[in-house]
Amino acid sequence: MSTILSLPDQSTASLPKVSYLNKEYGLKSWLLTQDHKRIAILYLIAITFFFFVGGAMAALIRLELLTPQTDLLAADTYNKVFSAHGIIMVFFFLVPVAPAVLGNFLIPLMIGARDVAFPKINLLSWYLFVSGGCIELTMMVFGGVDTGWTFTTPLSTHYLNTNVVAAAMGIFVAGFSSILTGLNFLVTIHRMRAPGMTWFRLPLFIWSYYATSFIFVLATPVIAIALVLVVLERIIGIGVFDPAKGGDPLLFQHLFWFYSHPAVYVMILPGMGVISEVVACFCRKRVFGYTAVAFSSVAIGVFSFFVWAHHMFIMGISSYSALVFSLMTMLVAVPSAIKIFNWSATMYKGSITFDTPMLYTLGFIGLFTIGGLTGVFLASMGMDIHLTETYFVVAHFHFVMVGGMVTAFMAGLHFWWPKITGRMYPESMGRIAAVILFTGFNLTFFPQFILGYLGMPRRYAAYPPEFQVLNVFSSAGATVLAVGYLLPLLYLTWSLKYGKIAGANPWQAAGLEWEIQSPPLTENFPVTPIVTHEAYDYEWLASKKGSEVPTVG
Amino acid sequence: MDSHTLAAQTADTGHVEDEHAPFLRHHFESVPQQREAATFGMWLFLTTEIMFFGGLFCSYLIFRNWYYPAFVAGSHTLHIWAGTLNTTVLIVSSFTMAMAVHAAETRVRRALMGWMIATLILGCGFLCVKAYEWHDEWVDHHVPGLNFGPESFLHGTKAYPDDKLPLDVAEKTQLYFSLYFLMTGMHALHMIIGVSLLTILLIQVRGGKYVNGHVAPIENFGLYWHFVDIVWIFLFPLLYLISRHQ
Ligand SMILES: [Cu+2]
Repeated sequence: MSTILSLPDQSTASLPKVSYLNKEYGLKSWLLTQDHKRIAILYLIAITFFFFVGGAMAALIRLELLTPQTDLLAADTYNKVFSAHGIIMVFFFLVPVAPAVLGNFLIPLMIGARDVAFPKINLLSWYLFVSGGCIELTMMVFGGVDTGWTFTTPLSTHYLNTNVVAAAMGIFVAGFSSILTGLNFLVTIHRMRAPGMTWFRLPLFIWSYYATSFIFVLATPVIAIALVLVVLERIIGIGVFDPAKGGDPLLFQHLFWFYSHPAVYVMILPGMGVISEVVACFCRKRVFGYTAVAFSSVAIGVFSFFVWAHHMFIMGISSYSALVFSLMTMLVAVPSAIKIFNWSATMYKGSITFDTPMLYTLGFIGLFTIGGLTGVFLASMGMDIHLTETYFVVAHFHFVMVGGMVTAFMAGLHFWWPKITGRMYPESMGRIAAVILFTGFNLTFFPQFILGYLGMPRRYAAYPPEFQVLNVFSSAGATVLAVGYLLPLLYLTWSLKYGKIAGANPWQAAGLEWEIQSPPLTENFPVTPIVTHEAYDYEWLASKKGSEVPTVG
Repeated sequence: MDSHTLAAQTADTGHVEDEHAPFLRHHFESVPQQREAATFGMWLFLTTEIMFFGGLFCSYLIFRNWYYPAFVAGSHTLHIWAGTLNTTVLIVSSFTMAMAVHAAETRVRRALMGWMIATLILGCGFLCVKAYEWHDEWVDHHVPGLNFGPESFLHGTKAYPDDKLPLDVAEKTQLYFSLYFLMTGMHALHMIIGVSLLTILLIQVRGGKYVNGHVAPIENFGLYWHFVDIVWIFLFPLLYLISRHQ
């Protein structure tokens, strides 16, 4: 039962005496915690670390590409550096970042639960993630791997003598972390919702995390078995991928992309969930077409399983299956466009304020649209044959992954930072960083579309001199982008101690997570909340502002 | 604290006071919710297992279509009696496991332990037969990568004189055996994990757990056990029974 309390005024807000952050002290209380909020913080720390390791690799790549010759890095070192960049960024940053950090923190809060369904498994999945990451880092220290993040056979099984086995095992271990996280979220969303929290009262954030979790559970085991086969092929030569023994290298591609294409949606769907929340809050409106947005998440999740062979158009798959996969790939544009249109429609006639999360959100919508549409180019076979394995592909997936996912994650991190820490980040710094990030990103990756269109292949340390101007642009942009990422690291850390006290609901946002104190109590809700209204009820919130807004606790 | 001990006592006498049951974790509202969550989680886990084995089944399907004669010849070298015996052993073990779950639900500790021990023995029996088969295949040079020679497929066998393959086809039996060892190996790995878990549960039951209404761990282990059993039900015809009638 919810008690009626007045919403604390932000200017006089004080930090709550007891919260999940200060209930217990000491390293042990963090490393053995079963609290989903603390586990989210553990993930945030580990993932930030991996992000900057991967970012350092990216810096090396851009430095090398400043000139046409191979001067900074030798060709085989360059191969190892871009492989490390890919492996770290895909498996240890993009895949876990939004689910494990924001999802862990927010899913129980948003549905009115005291924790995820299996807290111990949640902690276990963090340890698996860190173990997998340590295997990768050790592997890199002892010589690295140069297969690229895709482990393409027969290159990875027969022609290299780098640490393929260790790299594959690291991903295998981290994969179980994904599986367990997805499983935990699914059970939590199904079984732990507060009374009255029906499926269509759920925030859209939950819907997109639901689709994400399904992909985790269904796709990750397939890459696990694919990597096991690569390892066995290398160690004892089982022959499944070896044409000399009757095996087929293309089989690996099928198994690998059966995971890795849906994984792309693991990287973008949570971002879409974040954007739905932020758009609604900063336009003071219910998200336009709630049901359509909810089901488009599910549709993206389902479609994602039937498009994988678009990575193999030039690898000799039959032209009929290529045709079907090409069509299916284009179909994914439909649910994605539904989301973009609905967010735009939400903004139409909304009272928009341009706080940092909203700036990131606007950046996301623009960059994701470009990234998504170039994906449709690549889905059409004629274009793909020209563009595949060029910088066009690199630019495309960086627009979706970095321009889309990372920007959305930044939006979410800023939006819920007051809830996570109880303090505000410096708003003006936030806005500056958001603009720097957007500028730097476009400067880095837009030239790569042109480079790719002109035919510059990816994964080479050297290139013809006529491509230099655009590469210099790209490298210069990467410097700006780096500032855009370092700045939040600095001021967010600063705000932990010196930020303004946020109060329970600094954004006047709707949603169960804003009705409890920030930072929340360990048990989240002192009394189980009863949900009586739909998500994003901003009109109701506006009319009842002040003394009548119910907050729990 | 008092209410907790009281709840434990009522649980022992069969009147479960749900909200205060000692095994109810703090973040669940009620015992049924906790039990449903655990069971749902187990089913999801089994789904991931299906996808895991799915990759292997998919590879099997492709290569069996490409190299059918080699797969037939490879399959003919397996001991059909061993496969049949193991299938029977596993089906019986599924029955004993189901009885164990029933015993846990009716809270009869001796019956529960009895059925669990029976399941454990059958599981170990399965693994022994499997190890014997693998040993035989090693002796016959049928282990791809480590110890493989196509010679035995060039001249036909006593039971199947038609299995006379040209050398290039005989080489392809290697893929059959790769998949055979991968699939039975993964299955055996799951059996070993199952037997280990069962041992742990057995020790806990001896200590008095799972007969107080908290049957979810036994029930969910049962699900896992039946799943591993079902995988074998598919493996047996796919690996042992290819074109046995000729
Ligand atoms: Cu794809």
